[in-house]
Amino acid sequence: MSNVQIMTGNSAAAWGAKLCKVQVVSAYPITPSTSVTETIANWVERGELKAEYVRVESEHSVMTVCISASTVGARVFTSTSSHGLLYMHEQLHWAAGSRLPIVLACVNRGVGAPWSIFNDQQDSIAQRDTGWIQIYCRDNQEIIDTVIQAYRIAEQVYCPVMVCYDGFVLSHTMMPVEIPDAEAVCRFLPPYKPHTILSPEDPRNINPVIFPWQRRDAEGVLRDGYMDMRWKLQHALEGSRDVVVKTCRDYAELFGRDHGGMLWTYKTDDAEVLLAGMGSIATEATMAADLLREGGIRAGVVGIRVYRPFPREEVREAFRNIPAIVVFEKNISYGYEGALCADIKAALYGAGIQTPVHNYIAGLGGRDVKASELAEATRSSLAAIAAGKKEQQTWLNCVTE
Amino acid sequence: MPEKLFKVNAEEYILPGNRACSGCGLSIAYRYVLKALRENTILTLPASCLTVLHGLYPITSVGIPCLNCTFASTAASASGLVAGLAAMNRSDITVVAIAGDGGTFDIGIQALSGAAERGTDFIFVCYDNEGYMNTGTQRSSATPMGALTTTTPILTKQQHKKDMMKIMEGHDIPYLATCSPSFPIDLYDKFVKAKRIKGTRYVQIATPCPPGWVFPPKDTVKIGRLAVETGIVVLYEIENGKFRFTGRSKTISEKGTRAPVIHYVERQGRFKKMSMEQLGQLQRWVDGKWNEYLRRAEA
Repeated sequence: MSNVQIMTGNSAAAWGAKLCKVQVVSAYPITPSTSVTETIANWVERGELKAEYVRVESEHSVMTVCISASTVGARVFTSTSSHGLLYMHEQLHWAAGSRLPIVLACVNRGVGAPWSIFNDQQDSIAQRDTGWIQIYCRDNQEIIDTVIQAYRIAEQVYCPVMVCYDGFVLSHTMMPVEIPDAEAVCRFLPPYKPHTILSPEDPRNINPVIFPWQRRDAEGVLRDGYMDMRWKLQHALEGSRDVVVKTCRDYAELFGRDHGGMLWTYKTDDAEVLLAGMGSIATEATMAADLLREGGIRAGVVGIRVYRPFPREEVREAFRNIPAIVVFEKNISYGYEGALCADIKAALYGAGIQTPVHNYIAGLGGRDVKASELAEATRSSLAAIAAGKKEQQTWLNCVTE
Repeated sequence: MPEKLFKVNAEEYILPGNRACSGCGLSIAYRYVLKALRENTILTLPASCLTVLHGLYPITSVGIPCLNCTFASTAASASGLVAGLAAMNRSDITVVAIAGDGGTFDIGIQALSGAAERGTDFIFVCYDNEGYMNTGTQRSSATPMGALTTTTPILTKQQHKKDMMKIMEGHDIPYLATCSPSFPIDLYDKFVKAKRIKGTRYVQIATPCPPGWVFPPKDTVKIGRLAVETGIVVLYEIENGKFRFTGRSKTISEKGTRAPVIHYVERQGRFKKMSMEQLGQLQRWVDGKWNEYLRRAEA
């Protein structure tokens, strides 16, 4: 039975967590993520969601609570943005290192100094190397669906998942969202089975000091050293691609919506130029592609949905035999280029693809980006590429003198 | 005394041959802490001397389940355990956080204050060896005035120790206690009592540290006793706001036999650069605290 409601992206994230019957929620307020967990607090106090809600004094403690609660077998959820996510940084590493299937809704916001409450993706991109799976959503329907998918992925590969979506652009924008049937979600998402349970029945010392090398336990069995454990985390993230794809496929079968597995494409079949991006800027790129097509340029879009693990093969496949690539992104790896652009180029290298890739840094700290501007940028890049310019970094709508 | 010893749980929860330094005050205290807490307990601890005592993966000296956490997060880690266990319908388990003075007075104070304000149902144990001993004796806010540390290597620490008990009491928690490994029955009784109480309980153990304080490992118990005899460490508990001296400190308060701090200071290498002026300041600081306790005990 269809249940469509008009809701914000933050409501959609909260609804996703509710449908997954999260057992422990901890949060600290930060704009623009605050209303995600406010909504959940409301449900908990009304008795509409049976969960422990821990109102801690900082984001560092938020992620700590998630880690400990997950360790004793509870399904946990939280949400944050910007400096909140940065403040969690140490604990993000600890969560991934502990192989805990925590799901965090990251409502993307710029990072100070100076203060900005507005949207870009610098916060989550700065957590790229923490060992979390990162999924970027492009509309509110995808947010609710992705939170549900995230638990299944996380609990299968024992890696935490960050469901990222753009602050205000999605978090505070109302859209029609179909709320999946609760019983169907239960069928889709089996109960969480922890890899290790901390309990007095089986005393263990979890996450003690570890040597660089392998070492025998009391029974003489050779156990992992630090580096072997790190490889297992890398292996799990690399292996999670298949789980992501299968999860999306199963979800589509059950709920009739497919948001793409690792990435999604728009009008790519006959394209002579591909625009690439993550999150709402990629949605905007689809409008730009339509504008370009009206002007006779066969443009298409590749939306990177899962940024970690990076969709290496899918990117190679999507960009093979394309004469020009333009990457739009709301982050900058200072001293180099946009993180997505660098990763796309690195993926192409292995496949011997020599296509020119132009990089646009756009929308930092909430600076407006219009579809017409993305189209215009693409036109100018095509001209530069025709003139032989293989690489180019441009800060869109920015004073660069 | 012997009959009192017989009531102590005979079970051992930390194995001999663990990685604590010889003469470690923490290892004596910890043995009795775990005996009092017994099996139905989950521990969480940050990076500290205790992490070392627990041993290196995949072998451990501890027989109670424990979760290692990051330095600043101990009390939040306990909060997560409490919430997770409640969600799993395992509220019968006692959650205990245990951190050193650095992990309590300094980097851990924010999470601890938050957990205590929320009335989180757990015991927070601070084993106070008065400095960052695991990293090799750096100054902490628990280091006493006049002590040499590797970050106060010439001039000694210029400030008095932070009164963490007072800070924790400011959270209106139901139970606070101080104890010392030199008085294990007093320590044991306090943990047995703490385990029975609901809400946030805070217990601070003054644990002498031979390498950090610079005294022979054979003198650990003696140094711990001298700390109490001189009033540097005062054994007491505060139950629902009511202050009570306990054990040896109770006797000292009744008989008025408190010794001068010089008896304690002169036996430790860390005080060898202490000036007479600092010694006087330390004595006055101890006197002031002691008189405050006397007033509270009489009230």
